[in-house]
Amino acid sequence: MYAIITLAAGLLFGLGLAFSEMTNPAVVIGFLDIFGDWNPSLIIVMASAIAVGMIGYVIKGKRLTPLLASKWQVPTLRNIDAKLVIGASLFGIGWGISGYCPGPGLTALVNNPSEGFYFVAALIAGSGLHYIQTRITQK
Amino acid sequence: MDTMFNPLVGGLLIGLTTTIYLLSVGKVIGISGILSQLLFSKERYLPFLFIAGLIIGGSAYGILTEQTVAFPETRSPLLLIVSGLLVGYGTRLGSGCTSGHGVCGISRLSPRSIVATLVFMTAAIITVAALN
Repeated sequence: MYAIITLAAGLLFGLGLAFSEMTNPAVVIGFLDIFGDWNPSLIIVMASAIAVGMIGYVIKGKRLTPLLASKWQVPTLRNIDAKLVIGASLFGIGWGISGYCPGPGLTALVNNPSEGFYFVAALIAGSGLHYIQTRITQK
Repeated sequence: MDTMFNPLVGGLLIGLTTTIYLLSVGKVIGISGILSQLLFSKERYLPFLFIAGLIIGGSAYGILTEQTVAFPETRSPLLLIVSGLLVGYGTRLGSGCTSGHGVCGISRLSPRSIVATLVFMTAAIITVAALN
C-alpha cells in the first residue's frame, strides 16, 4: 500500500507539474522575469497548491496519526539560520539561471534530454557535495 | 481565462497530491529531499518509486495538455551544469526546494519555509533580471 501511494504521489505530482507547464523552463523564467515580459501563471499554480495543502494541514490537526503510519514526520525545526538563507540563495540563483528546480529538472531527462542530462548530473553532484561535506564535518 | 485553466488544474493536482501523501504516510513532499534519499540513504525503494512516477507524470507534457509556450532552444552544457550544481547544493544546505518549502512549508505556515521561499524567489528574480 505504501508503495502504491508513493508511486501514485510521484505520478500525480509530475502530472501537476506538466499540466501547469512548470516542466517548461521557458514558462518558469517568464514567471521570474517580473521586470520583463512577465508570465504570472505560476502564481496560480503555487496559490492553488498551497490552498489545497492548507486543507490537508487542517485535517491533520484533527487526527492523532496518519492513515497508514504510526506517527507524523513533518519537519519541526523553526529556527532561521545562515544555512537556510545561504542555501535558499544559492538555489534561487541556480533556479534563475536555467529555470529548472529539482522536479522539473528531473522531468527534463525525458522532456528535453539534451538539457536534462547535464542538469541532473550536476544536480546529483551538488547534492553529493553537500552529503560529503556533512559527513566530513560530523566526524 | 483560458490561459489560467491549466495552471489552476496543475496547482490543484499538486496540492491534492501533497495532501493525500501527508494524510496517508504522514510526510511532506520535497523533491530535493526525496532525490537525496534515493541517492544517499539505505532505503531507496520508495524514493525510487516516487522519482520514477514524477518523471513519467512530468513527461505527459503535450500528451494530455496543449503546450502554450515553446521550450527554450537548448542551452549550453556549462550553463546547465552551473545551474544544477547550485540547485543541488543549495537545496540540501537550505533543506528544501520549491516543493518542500514553497508548497508544503507555506501550507503549514512554517516560518523557515516562508523565509526560504522569499529568499529563493528573490534570488531567482534578480538572477533572471541580471541575465536578461
